[in-house]
Amino acid sequence: MATLLQIHEPGETPQPHESKSELAIGIDLGTTNSVVAVSRDNKPDVLKGDDGTALVPSIVAYAPDGSAIVGVLAKGLLLSRPGAVVSSIKRLMGRGVEDIKSLAGQLPYEIENENTQGMVRLRVQGNSLTPVEISADILKALKERADENLGESVTKAVITVPAYFDDAGRVATKDAARLAGLEVLRLVAEPTAAALAYGLDAGAEGLYAVFDLGGGTFDVSLLRMQKGVFQVLATGGDAALGGDDFDHAVAEYFLGQRTEKLHEKSFSADEAKVALMTARIAKECLTSEESGEWVIEAGGETSRHSLSRDELEQLIGPMVGKAIKICSNVLDDGGVSTDEIKGVVLVGGSTRVPLVRKRVGEFFGREPLADIDPDEVVAIGAALQAEALTQGSDTLLLDVIPLSLGLETMGGLVEKVVHRNTTIPVAKAQEFTTFQDGQTAMSIHVVQGEREMVDQNRSLARFNLTGIPPMTAGAARIRVTFQVDADGLLTVSANEDSTGIESQVEVKPSYGLSDEEMATMLRASMEHAKDDMELRLLTEARVEAERAMNAVEAALKADCSLLDEGERAAIGRQIDVVMAACRGSERDLINAEAENLDTVTRPFAEKRMDKGINDALKGAPVSKLESKAD
Amino acid sequence: MNVTPDISKQVVPCWSCHGPLQAGSAFCSTCNAVQPPAGVDHFVRLGMAVDFDVDISALDGIYFELQRTLHPDRFATSTAKEKAYSQAQATAINDAYETIKDPLKRADYIINIKGVNVMPDGCNLVNDPSILMEAMEVREKLAAAENISDVDAVANQAREEMKDIVAGISLAFRGDDIEGACQLTTRLKYLTKLLDEVRQRRTQVV
Repeated sequence: MATLLQIHEPGETPQPHESKSELAIGIDLGTTNSVVAVSRDNKPDVLKGDDGTALVPSIVAYAPDGSAIVGVLAKGLLLSRPGAVVSSIKRLMGRGVEDIKSLAGQLPYEIENENTQGMVRLRVQGNSLTPVEISADILKALKERADENLGESVTKAVITVPAYFDDAGRVATKDAARLAGLEVLRLVAEPTAAALAYGLDAGAEGLYAVFDLGGGTFDVSLLRMQKGVFQVLATGGDAALGGDDFDHAVAEYFLGQRTEKLHEKSFSADEAKVALMTARIAKECLTSEESGEWVIEAGGETSRHSLSRDELEQLIGPMVGKAIKICSNVLDDGGVSTDEIKGVVLVGGSTRVPLVRKRVGEFFGREPLADIDPDEVVAIGAALQAEALTQGSDTLLLDVIPLSLGLETMGGLVEKVVHRNTTIPVAKAQEFTTFQDGQTAMSIHVVQGEREMVDQNRSLARFNLTGIPPMTAGAARIRVTFQVDADGLLTVSANEDSTGIESQVEVKPSYGLSDEEMATMLRASMEHAKDDMELRLLTEARVEAERAMNAVEAALKADCSLLDEGERAAIGRQIDVVMAACRGSERDLINAEAENLDTVTRPFAEKRMDKGINDALKGAPVSKLESKAD
Repeated sequence: MNVTPDISKQVVPCWSCHGPLQAGSAFCSTCNAVQPPAGVDHFVRLGMAVDFDVDISALDGIYFELQRTLHPDRFATSTAKEKAYSQAQATAINDAYETIKDPLKRADYIINIKGVNVMPDGCNLVNDPSILMEAMEVREKLAAAENISDVDAVANQAREEMKDIVAGISLAFRGDDIEGACQLTTRLKYLTKLLDEVRQRRTQVV
């Protein structure tokens, strides 16, 4: 090699490469609207489009060739090209065909029903699309907005999910991000993100409730804020309750009037779509107006409909009541009464509805807070967390798992392994045994939910533990461990204790994408999928090499007296070689040189261990070693 | 008797810089790399003495300080190994906190640590006939409850008794009366279960 290597004094080697301040974004991937934000120096900014608006409608229009248009433009096509447009796709994230059968009449999509197993597929303009791919298109649009605004290609993001999302919904969200070329630094619960945005702003201390009613989901979280720690005590919600349901109630009311007036027996899909849009407009209008009149024009027939705020409140009252009841249960779970709550934060567009504000205020006995725009507050919190994760922070989010995780046992009963509202990350193990003599395999069925019977809960995964040595019934000891990570994602492992047979499964939800499907989609969706993968591996190699160099630097600083000049120089030279490799982009070379550094420093490490053990025998605490070595 | 061997004088190598490290440290004193969690009991993990009497706000303080440095959110851009160790650390800390914070779990755990020789079968006295009889009566009362205040009356009574039981357990442990603590803990277990049932019943009664 022609390059001359610089040799530095040990301990004075400059940092391998300047830690680039790579920006990470925060994304609120909503049912109705999505928002992207970025935070720099603890100052969050919501990123706006060319039209100056922050909200990106979560609506995607597809051309027959599969190309997608996202946002306002797609929304504009909703009435003229209804068959080409998909909205509210978040409601299907992590849902199976069976799950949505009950919703079929209400869904404005054409569902492919041929495979009843696995993930739902939609037929749009001749394209067969999963909710994951459609969500990925929304995320790509948000990433593009961020790239343009920030003048660099953003690759890392914090993405929010409803607190009440189950494992399947979370996995689907993470998969969608991968398809969009975004590395998910963390999935954060929407109400927790909102609390972060509020708490940091106000320096709040004490118990707070976050009431988050969006387009399609409802969450309520009870948090304790204390010296920069945001500890979620309990969370609850309904993954299928939101402003969409208000719209449906009003639309049904309008359609009932219309069929009566026009003497129709039934209404067409087009009429339903127009009625739904009209209902939405009416609902929004009645936030400020006492009453109004709206016109539905479809199929050449026009009908007029009047609605007052009182009538609207009668229509949506039961749904708001459902949300309030959930609040009461969450407080009960947290062992807290309403008078202990210091504040209630409103999140989500649907909290603009006056009845919602009124009922929340009555229930908690205080005026709710809505100082930060309820449509933007979640993205702002996500951006703050993205900055905290990449740049370091004094604040800490401690979140919980929203729904219990368990296993199917005899008779279709559920044995809960991790209870809801347990702080994550968490690991719990449960022992099971065989029930037949000579049984060599065991089928393990993982479910999520609160009910006693398996079929009333969400089925997440099934797998088989095989190779159990034949024993008498009840002799085998099978330990099943559930590990839930900080994203709320589950990994299950099982081992038979007497033989040590182990089986580890990445739990992919029954309705999730298989690894092969994911790989195919990655190939199809990204022209540069391979480059992208290589880039990720290269980054990982650099991060690992940097860790190794920093470790050696620290060791030299502490114990350099154990080395003679020649040895020090040899280590210094190898550090320079690793640094040079890191500046290049040959992954294998970086890995190999980092490995060499390990080899070169091994005798040094041995000397340090000997010295440490000797010192310990002499009674000197190890922590004092560094000061003595100077 | 303590289940945790004294590891304070053991020296182990750091996985990252390979240098000496006091066993049980969460971070390397030389290169600052996060270490895998040590196999110690919950009290040792949080740096607390094994004692049933716990100052909950002090416990919170210790817990928050540990998670501030060890939670996976602090390692979002680190190497895969550091992420894994931080997750294992945070998991172990959550487990310790959850156990020590809750009087029932704490009592059970201390009996396990201290009572290995006293109660070989642990303290499962659920078959106590007087408790079984009482449980049946209270359940009938719950089933017959027609409004929230009837249900709450059962709950309030249970909560009041719980306070006394917890005080009694504390006294028993202070007197090294493991068997007494065990009996009271069984009672506490029953009351806790009862409150769970009350909560379920409460959602049914309108």
